[in-house]
Amino acid sequence: MSIFLLVTIVCVLGVVGYVLARSRVSGLETDSSVSYHSRPGYHGMHMAIATVLPALLVLAVWAISSQVVIGNVVKSSISQEVLGDSAAREGLTMGIVSSISRGLTLLNAEELKQAANGIDAARPLLAAKGVAIATDASDPMVTAAFRYNGLEQTSTFWRSIVVILAALVCGGWAWTQLGARVKARNRVEGVVLGLLILASSIAILTTIGIVLSMIRETGRFFASVPPLEFFFGTVWDPRFAAAGATESAGQFGLLPLLAGTLYIALVAMLVAVPIGLFAAVYMAEYAGPKLRSVAKPLLEVLAGIPTIVYGFFAVVTVGPFLRDLSAQISGIFTGDASSFIQAQSVLTAGAVMGIMLIPFVSSLSDDIITAVPRAMRDGSLGLGATRSETIKRVILPAALPGIVGALLLTASRAIGETMIVVLAAGVAARLTINPFEPMTTVTVKIVSQLTGDLEFNSPQTLVAFALGITLFVLTLGLNIYALYVVRKYREQYE
Amino acid sequence: MTDATISATPIDAASPRRRDIGLKKRYAAERRFRFYGQAAIFLGILFLAILLWTVVSKGVGAFQQTMITVPVEFAQSVIDPKDKRAEDPNVLLMANYPLLARNALVQALGVDPDDKKAVKAVGGLVSDSSRVELRNYVMENPDVIGKTIPVTMTANGLVDSTLKGHIDLKVPEERRQVSDQEVAWINQLVDDGIMQKQFNTGIFVNGASSRAETAGMGVAIIGSFYMMAIVLVLALPIGVAASIYLEEFAPKNRWTDVIEVNINNLAAVPSIVFGLLGLAVFINFMGLPRSASLVGGLVLTLMTLPTIIIATRAALKAVPPSIRSAALGIGASKMQMVFHHVLPLAAPGILTGTIIGLAQALGETAPLLLIGMVAFVVDYPATPMDPATALPVQIFMWANEAERAFVERTSGAIIILLLFLAAMNIAAIILRRKFERRW
Amino acid sequence: MNMMSDAATEKAVNAPADEPVIKMRGKDVCVFYGPKQALFDVNLNIRENAVTALIGPSGCGKSTFLRSLNRMNDTIDTCRVTGDITLDGEDIYDPAIDVVELRARVGMVFQKPNPFPKSIYENVVYGPRIHGLVRNKADMDEVVEKSLVRAGLFNEVKDRLHEPGTGLSGGQQQRLCIARAIAVSPEVILMDEPCSALDPIATATVEELIHELRENYTIVIVTHSMQQAARVSQRTAMFHLGVLVEEGDTDKIFTNPDDPRTQDYITGRFG
Repeated sequence: MSIFLLVTIVCVLGVVGYVLARSRVSGLETDSSVSYHSRPGYHGMHMAIATVLPALLVLAVWAISSQVVIGNVVKSSISQEVLGDSAAREGLTMGIVSSISRGLTLLNAEELKQAANGIDAARPLLAAKGVAIATDASDPMVTAAFRYNGLEQTSTFWRSIVVILAALVCGGWAWTQLGARVKARNRVEGVVLGLLILASSIAILTTIGIVLSMIRETGRFFASVPPLEFFFGTVWDPRFAAAGATESAGQFGLLPLLAGTLYIALVAMLVAVPIGLFAAVYMAEYAGPKLRSVAKPLLEVLAGIPTIVYGFFAVVTVGPFLRDLSAQISGIFTGDASSFIQAQSVLTAGAVMGIMLIPFVSSLSDDIITAVPRAMRDGSLGLGATRSETIKRVILPAALPGIVGALLLTASRAIGETMIVVLAAGVAARLTINPFEPMTTVTVKIVSQLTGDLEFNSPQTLVAFALGITLFVLTLGLNIYALYVVRKYREQYE
Repeated sequence: MTDATISATPIDAASPRRRDIGLKKRYAAERRFRFYGQAAIFLGILFLAILLWTVVSKGVGAFQQTMITVPVEFAQSVIDPKDKRAEDPNVLLMANYPLLARNALVQALGVDPDDKKAVKAVGGLVSDSSRVELRNYVMENPDVIGKTIPVTMTANGLVDSTLKGHIDLKVPEERRQVSDQEVAWINQLVDDGIMQKQFNTGIFVNGASSRAETAGMGVAIIGSFYMMAIVLVLALPIGVAASIYLEEFAPKNRWTDVIEVNINNLAAVPSIVFGLLGLAVFINFMGLPRSASLVGGLVLTLMTLPTIIIATRAALKAVPPSIRSAALGIGASKMQMVFHHVLPLAAPGILTGTIIGLAQALGETAPLLLIGMVAFVVDYPATPMDPATALPVQIFMWANEAERAFVERTSGAIIILLLFLAAMNIAAIILRRKFERRW
Repeated sequence: MNMMSDAATEKAVNAPADEPVIKMRGKDVCVFYGPKQALFDVNLNIRENAVTALIGPSGCGKSTFLRSLNRMNDTIDTCRVTGDITLDGEDIYDPAIDVVELRARVGMVFQKPNPFPKSIYENVVYGPRIHGLVRNKADMDEVVEKSLVRAGLFNEVKDRLHEPGTGLSGGQQQRLCIARAIAVSPEVILMDEPCSALDPIATATVEELIHELRENYTIVIVTHSMQQAARVSQRTAMFHLGVLVEEGDTDKIFTNPDDPRTQDYITGRFG
């Protein structure tokens, strides 16, 4: 019985329990003069929860533990020489066994009988179903795979029985609880509260998941590449991930990527900050309600456009435009019409990213500027200051901490931005200060190391997690500090 | 001057009343400052206009496709010379269909059938996909063999570009991709009504293709649809439940503080990090298949959760405390108060936030690249476990194609994506307008 | 400059030595907030070197009138002012009049102390600096000292001039705001309930200060407190529902008002 079918059955049982309990209690209530603590609906729900929840818990525990148990049983049945001596070899062997066993489930009874003869018989049969088996598969592995499938079948059978039994037993217990004094509502609400708490801790679990998974993979990466070489290396040349090659052949220097990331983010901030800040100031201090109601949403549209669209815009419009422009400029000054800005460059990626960031800067700063109390403005205007003097000398200094926070948040977004740089910054990892040349970023390399077919155990792919954790720590630091600054700023004027 | 400033009393009639307070210069500075502000807003809107104009002007053409409708002779001598199609199904599968198309065009254009070079060039006017188009037609109607029937086929991408004016015909012939002869043929076919532009349904329904003229977003639209459904089904209840707990039940202590800070930070974590999480946890650890919409949906759910939680909490906060006291005052339990009174009142706000979160998720690309959504998928995914792509990922893949015709396709795909996003955002705005309540 | 000398001569001609000099004159002043009219045909003269108190129940338009005297109402988008208000004979709503210059001459102190989030020193020197009245450090030091001395704050803060002004007590903050206003050496100082946010002791200090400032400045003060009006002002104007009910010498208004509404108000029947 598949998990899906099992869950459906349990849920149907739950619904049946709900209907039965509800109708019974409402019947009892009208027959007797006793007043019930909880309404019939709550008794119904109590019954339903008692039926479904324990059963699903049993199912979840079974599903997780059975795989581990079966895996271990099968593994212990394989002789040591087949299994291999190192942990890596063991993993490889078990991988082959599990792919054979998965393939066997696709075969019919006749083919299964043939496949049981050994690997040479099994391989073509599996290949016909589209399951490719590694070359170093051997007969004991086929036996193990059969054993694996057998255990799996037994487990599935017992799983169905135990789960349905759990549903029936717990539902039966709930049936005995249908009484006037039973606080069914409180119990139901307790369960609901538990679910609410569970939901709110998913955010925490996500963070923990991010941190743990990255630390684990990064640890594996550092096992083959020393951390010092990674963090202080100036050459990025990972080579190709050759399957099975264990020793690292490439160089994994973080610095060129970090330099590119920060450089592009800097260019983006140079574009976005003045435009965004002036737009916010104008919107908050000068613009009438009409202009505000038009310009603000229009600028926010910029924030709603997916970054992939910006990337495309950079590739087909901005890049070629800058290249042709530079060719014309050099044509005028030197007579040689060769372009000095390349189509993929720090400038292209930075400029387009800057456009993307304008609405972030402007709407964050707008909020912060309007939070400055009106009394400050009046005080300054009342002394005979012009509007711009009031803004420059009173409002902006008062809003400065908040604005700094907003800019840090923007910077963190610039550092973590992926699609624009993937398309517009180039892939060449190098250290240069010329903004007209391509540079690459941390995010670009995460993408390029992890797309395509990959061998998950090589440093070439694992390095992506080391890059990821670098990025995560960098942006997390900026975010926490920025959110802290903004929060402090708001409290000041509340 | 300063001395006078401080001690000047209005009675002192001898000193002049008016002081020079540098008004001219200060007003010049004021005007400059104002101008910077206006320029900034203008620039922002200008960038938006250029961006949209670029996409639309490059992309509208993608919604039209050049088709060739020509009488094709389904000659048995070409399809099944040995008359064995009854026994061997491979005969119809492997027949030389491009030859049929070529012959039909040669006849329509009146080209000398012995001029091998010209005949070959004529064959290039139809897309390679005509093989599939004709094959499907014959397989469905086997009785057409031996007859001559008008059939509509897709034209080659270059022909399409030429007809749409994307290829500069003033460039010397040897430096462009279409020859003068081909241009003449195209003109002739257009004049004869054989070649015409039609509304391009292919871009909506076709799967992946290495040929621009037959590449479509069908798989991507279905993949994105699956993912949005998963995000909606998971993120909305979880997000609302989490917000209710944090806003209505949670004691204000260190633990809830941690959750709060954590949610705000998650909202600002780079999206690509969620991709790494998905790869490590869902694919490597749980063993879910790569390229599946399910994994994409799970990753996007985690990404969207903070947005929905933040919006929902704002909506819950906006419900006035008097409603809560009223409900509790007539003996409702706290849970009943929340689910019967507070939540329904906050629903429009929650829905708006959810739609905006979904729109964000729909446009997100980076995490999907890492979980293998960059895939060449021809067939529609039947379930969320099957390989699929997503709208923005499809755009990314097309943006990486070198061919000229793909630029048009990419822009067209972007238009489709932007239309979806616009529809969602407009829905959110309408909802907000319609149900907005001022307390 | 031409206009100014005209105004000066006019004043000299119109004002014999024993007659009080009229510094500001409001004629048929009406103020509208959007469609709502807040002031109706107010005619009020402000005498030079005197304290004029504007009293009346809340919402009667006294603050509105005060704010229209240095055009602070301009900062509210929907606000519209009709009628004439003159300063030394010049219409301050004339398009040729510069609002910045006007406010440099007619300073304002607000209800709630609103020091800028800067140091005490920077707060005081702000006005002179934007108006270019100080050229160097010595000038600035002098302005700061004189203004703070005049505001009666100098001795309390002289050791911490470079600490933030927001760190002072409420009464000190308000006196800082007054010092900030007089640092520009305005001719008229408008005070909008300057003591309403202060405790009684701080209020007494500020009232004393107002009393001293009268010698050099023309002061208009809006107040809720009848006692305060009686203590600090020479002239009093009573507003009710946007209308100027009565104006005259403070002694007279408080002892023998002409209008029954004034009588009711000062005896505490409404307000």
